[in-house]
Amino acid sequence: MAKYLKTYPEKCSACGTCMDVCSETFFKEKNPLKSAIKIEPKDGRVLMTVCDQTCRLCVDECPVQALTVNSAGVVLLNKNKCIGCLACVSVCPINAMMWFEGGQTPFKCIACGKCAEACPEQALEIVEEG
Amino acid sequence: MTQDLNKIKSGHKILKEWSYELKPVDKGYNMRTLYVNISDNTVAEKAVSEEMKMTFTGGKGFGMKLLWDGVKPETKWNDPENEICIATGPIGGNTNYPGSGKSLVVSLSPLTGIPIDSNVGGYFGPYLKFAGFDAMEIQGKADKDVIVYIDGDEGKVQIIEAPYEAVDSHVIGEQIIDLFAKNEEDKINISSVSAGTGSDHAWIGCLNFSMWDKRRQGVRFKQAGRGGIGTVFRNKRIKALVVRFSNLSGVSNNPADIATVQKTGLKLHKEIIALDDQQCRMRKVGTAHLSEIMNEYDLLPTLNYKYGSHKDAPKISSDVFYNEFLSKGKPDGCWYGCTMACAKVAEDFELKTGPYKGQKVLVDGPEYETIGGCGSNVGIFDARDILEINFYCDTYGLDTISFGTMTAFIMECWENGILDKEKTGGLDFTWGNSDSVLELLHQISRGEGFGKIAGKGIREMKNYFEKHFGADRKFMDDIGMEAKGLEYSEYVTKESLAMQGGYGLALKGPQHDEAWLIFMDMVQGLIPTFEDKAEALHYFPMFRTWFGLQGLCKLPWNDIEPADNAQTSEPAKVPEHVQNYVDLFNAITGQHIDKEELILQSERVYNFQRVFNIRMGKGLREHDSIPYRSVGPVTVEEYESRAERYDKQLKEKVGIDPSGMSSEEKVKVMREYREDQYEKLIDAVYERRGWTKNGVPKPEHLKKLGIAFDDVLDVVNKHL
Ligand code: SF4
Ligand code: SF4
Repeated sequence: MAKYLKTYPEKCSACGTCMDVCSETFFKEKNPLKSAIKIEPKDGRVLMTVCDQTCRLCVDECPVQALTVNSAGVVLLNKNKCIGCLACVSVCPINAMMWFEGGQTPFKCIACGKCAEACPEQALEIVEEG
Repeated sequence: MTQDLNKIKSGHKILKEWSYELKPVDKGYNMRTLYVNISDNTVAEKAVSEEMKMTFTGGKGFGMKLLWDGVKPETKWNDPENEICIATGPIGGNTNYPGSGKSLVVSLSPLTGIPIDSNVGGYFGPYLKFAGFDAMEIQGKADKDVIVYIDGDEGKVQIIEAPYEAVDSHVIGEQIIDLFAKNEEDKINISSVSAGTGSDHAWIGCLNFSMWDKRRQGVRFKQAGRGGIGTVFRNKRIKALVVRFSNLSGVSNNPADIATVQKTGLKLHKEIIALDDQQCRMRKVGTAHLSEIMNEYDLLPTLNYKYGSHKDAPKISSDVFYNEFLSKGKPDGCWYGCTMACAKVAEDFELKTGPYKGQKVLVDGPEYETIGGCGSNVGIFDARDILEINFYCDTYGLDTISFGTMTAFIMECWENGILDKEKTGGLDFTWGNSDSVLELLHQISRGEGFGKIAGKGIREMKNYFEKHFGADRKFMDDIGMEAKGLEYSEYVTKESLAMQGGYGLALKGPQHDEAWLIFMDMVQGLIPTFEDKAEALHYFPMFRTWFGLQGLCKLPWNDIEPADNAQTSEPAKVPEHVQNYVDLFNAITGQHIDKEELILQSERVYNFQRVFNIRMGKGLREHDSIPYRSVGPVTVEEYESRAERYDKQLKEKVGIDPSGMSSEEKVKVMREYREDQYEKLIDAVYERRGWTKNGVPKPEHLKKLGIAFDDVLDVVNKHL
């Protein structure tokens, strides 16, 4: 089972709505640094960075097992257990484990779908496979 | 198990309970230490003054200061006033920068009679600090076995009579978890220190620092190996020290500037993840990768350091351990946040000998030192045997390095007829006889037979063999690889004069943690003159002392290097990482040091420790002498095995034409030359360090460092 946020960079206009919605939902402020999805225009294309829930290297790396996979196949971070070492941030091959300076724990996409609902270009979609 | 536990609990009697006020750590410090006396069951806290903090910094610095105050010049290791001090340092316990969880243990060593310091992983030191204490010192001697329990959640210390717990670490480690953890989730919050039955009888006892391994559902240990602190621990009749702390977070250290701590840590994490596979493969095999490198460069101690390589060495290479024994893909750090993760584990290892025969156990390691000491150095080229020896050394509380090196000495004595079956009580010590080596271990644990003599280490064995067996003292002094009474760690130093000094001048005795200069000196030729070598023997021991002041591990300093390190002006120092340390220290403590002040912090403690050695009667030039086996070929056999190399040196360095000389003559000439070189090196290093020709720190130097206290001057003045 894998549930994840699928991205369609060719449709994305880089308006940043998803980042606003995400950071509002989890940090109560509009701040792209606090969004679990990152949108960066690059060389005429758009780079959309978000966890695809598949490789799970972070789950293996976490020394306190604060990262686990739920029954829907989504990787979740338990803030109460996390000791903020940032090992997971460093092993993530696609830079989708997010962290901002001074933040006590990293954070990541949990495939809640709020951003997908808000995206004006349908460039995001929650997909369930398997 | 529950039945056992009930029985164990029924034996518990609380001898003392003491409460303290819980306060958060402030910028890496608590500004207080814990004092426990188990003779009269006193528990107290001692304030750390601003002067103590600025002079001794923390970690081993605090340990040395507390020990100095606790003992007298005539104190012996087994006197009640000897102490065991445990401390991490101001950086210790942060969860961001790899290698930040070390505890430093300090005590008067049974082997050397002077202060020993040992650097160890596991959770105890950091938890102790977060429980409220920058260090703990234990003094006194209990009548009956005790546990000292520090509850960092409740603010309470107990001394508990503990008659029924086991002594061997892999057993008591689990018992402690079951006794003190409230539930499954709580196990991770408990850490213990224990020794083993070997420590009851031998002088090479070590301590095991525990960590609960959630993934494997078992206790793992890291060892404070060197110098016999486990022996002191059991002599005091301590079964275990236990600490609880359940509130660990990324800011438990309360750093002045968390963002810099995190950024600096993250930078190193990323470097390790990107480069370790091409560099040292620490994440896969730990320090075991060194065995093949050392073999390749003729540095792997083989048959009591006679040689530096062996045709069978591939059988104990890291690949063999990795493919056949080590578990893979687990984050095996010895403290949280160490992505270097070198603390490797063999799981489900079935024991073939001894009291735990048939049990399937976790073996921590093997570290390179264990492979060298308990493998090649004794002629054992079987990975399984090495793991079995490793396990028993650990659970019995015995240092694998001293055990390996002293067993190599025994085997060479056997080879030379100093020992035979009659003298060993039937054990055959032919090179590579692993059955005898394991039996020796079990004898040490039981305090029986030849194990009783051997367990006291090489220096005592030399005395014993001379007195009881009429053995040739000079030969034993040449081949017995000890200095100051401590056994050598596992590198062949014959071709590196600087490293001979690195060992001979190491304050605690010949351990490589002060300086490892072999490649710089021998392979890269970067420090050709005496002055160059002396500079290296100043800078590196000072720099590396700093890890012990901070609660840091040395490995993430240079067992991983930034991609562009080779292009820097001084690659051997790893300049970017030095800057990381400066940044990290400042970010945690709010101080403003630079890399020069970093060295000064170390120099204070380093010189203090040297004076401490002098105070205890073993800190002068004569005590910095080393066995000739570490300097050059003792025997004709050794000379001839590398004849081409040595003949060339006679010609080029000594200026003598070896043709026509007998091997005996060549050995003699070579020896005169090399011994003279060593003395010249010592002169140069003392000069660089601000010491007299007799190895005594000069008063003006002590003044410059700010450690010219009256009691310090009193010691040096007697030797000027
Ligand atoms: S930062 Fe937290 S979640 Fe990530 S590896 Fe460290 S403890 Fe685990
Ligand atoms: S590098 Fe190894 S020994 Fe050092 S802290 Fe990390 S896991 Fe522990």
